[in-house]
Amino acid sequence: MSGVSVTKDAEGAAPAANDLVVLSNVNKHFGALHVLQDIDLTIARGEVVVVIGPSGSGKSTLCRTINRLETVDSGAISIDGKPLPQEGKELARLRADVGMVFQSFNLFAHKTVLENVMLGQVKVRKADKKAAEEKARTLLDRVGVGVQADKYPAQLSGGQQQRVAIARALAMDPKVMLFDEPTSALDPEMINEVLEVMQQLARDGMTMIVVTHEMGFARSAANRVVFMADGKIVEEATPDQFFSNPRSDRAKDFLSKILHH
Amino acid sequence: MNVLLDNFPEFRDGFIGTVSITAVSSVIALFLGVIIAGFRVSPVPPLRYFGTAWVTLMRNTPLTLLFLIFFFVVPEILFPGMSPFVLGSLALGFYTSSFVCEAVRSGINTVPLGQAEAARSIGMTFAQTLQIVVLPQATRTVIPPLSSIFIALTKNSAIAGAFSVAELFGWQKLMSDKGYDIVPVFIWVAIGYLVVTFTISGLFRLLERRMEVAR
Ligand SMILES: Nc1ncnc2c1ncn2[C@@H]1O[C@H](COP(=O)(O)OP(=O)(O)OP(=O)(O)O)[C@@H](O)[C@H]1O
Ligand SMILES: [Mg+2]
Repeated sequence: MSGVSVTKDAEGAAPAANDLVVLSNVNKHFGALHVLQDIDLTIARGEVVVVIGPSGSGKSTLCRTINRLETVDSGAISIDGKPLPQEGKELARLRADVGMVFQSFNLFAHKTVLENVMLGQVKVRKADKKAAEEKARTLLDRVGVGVQADKYPAQLSGGQQQRVAIARALAMDPKVMLFDEPTSALDPEMINEVLEVMQQLARDGMTMIVVTHEMGFARSAANRVVFMADGKIVEEATPDQFFSNPRSDRAKDFLSKILHH
Repeated sequence: MNVLLDNFPEFRDGFIGTVSITAVSSVIALFLGVIIAGFRVSPVPPLRYFGTAWVTLMRNTPLTLLFLIFFFVVPEILFPGMSPFVLGSLALGFYTSSFVCEAVRSGINTVPLGQAEAARSIGMTFAQTLQIVVLPQATRTVIPPLSSIFIALTKNSAIAGAFSVAELFGWQKLMSDKGYDIVPVFIWVAIGYLVVTFTISGLFRLLERRMEVAR
């Protein structure tokens, strides 16, 4: 086990053109709680990064700062070379380039599945309705819920809803996709249908940041595993290295807990 | 003889006056109320402060005092020459907008936060998020309190009568000045108001039922 190829280039080096998401020295507090501590993380175009770690370690918060659903106290985040702007039109435009899939799906409850996938295209990308519908149907077919297009989210199973949510994010042609525990709210038999869609996405070259405890997915799709604990990135490694030979005690401890049950 | 038949044109004008001031100030209240509710949940602090100040001011000022300000202060320093009807509608509309705002805001709070986050995450602006995703889902919870608010508005419009706006209560004053027996006068005025308030609650019940069918 030589060459931990994932370690970052020398600090302060000019950002490579290939870096899509760059977090440097990011700090965030919730009151007295220091949820993100000096986070440095660089994600290259086309890379799939799995973020793993104990509950409360700040994984969701990390994910949410990347499209600025959470603000940071200090440090810088940039996407495709552009620093995240302040709240406003410009930020909205940037968010459209960052797809997000939530643990609880968050499909628009008052809109049909088809409308859910069309809405962003029409209202944000200003696509015409016909083109948007065509694209929405293609995407829905791609994630395997084409026949549900005219139903409301509440009429779908969790796995179906999550696949619609993925289609909704993809409809914006995002540069990067964030997944925050996309399968944690699902019944076991539905987890695979969602993971398969994500795996296909990874194969297609989508840049992905995925918070998940699904080791099968991490092993088969991720280029890199980032292990977080107590608001810090404790370890970064390839999935094989991380799962078979974790370096830090925190990671060993954590893995022994999730492996033995 | 019959107070209503003998003075029907005046009664009709009063009734139309009540309906008009109710309708105009309802529109003002609804429009402002929704906008101010948007301010109150906005990410922009100055808008939030303005929203809070507006609600605090309008909701806690006695309506009569608000009318006095609109009739005696506003024309002096701001817009001279406005008709009593416009001034009265503005006073009543502004006052009621604070109640509409709070009803809408509590409706907004019943919509799960994830809905707004999902909207923002696909790049919708704050205004789009509110308009397209949050408010439509808040409507159902907002309709019942709005119904009460607009009925209260109808009854509050009586105060405008005291400020020479032609409406039902003004007719009552006219009739008692003419020496009519007060009891039938009041009964007719009450019936006039009931017609308006019943219409309002009927409309809202219809709306409620339509929303239920819609989902
Ligand atoms: N809006 C908030 N206000 C205050 N504290 C918060 C907020 N959101 C999260 N926290 C706290 O920040 C810490 C990190 O939360 P976060 O959701 O990022 O953890 P996580 O790693 O995603 O955990 P989990 O695996 O349970 O989802 C937790 O202790 C949590 O209680
Ligand atoms: Mg989380």
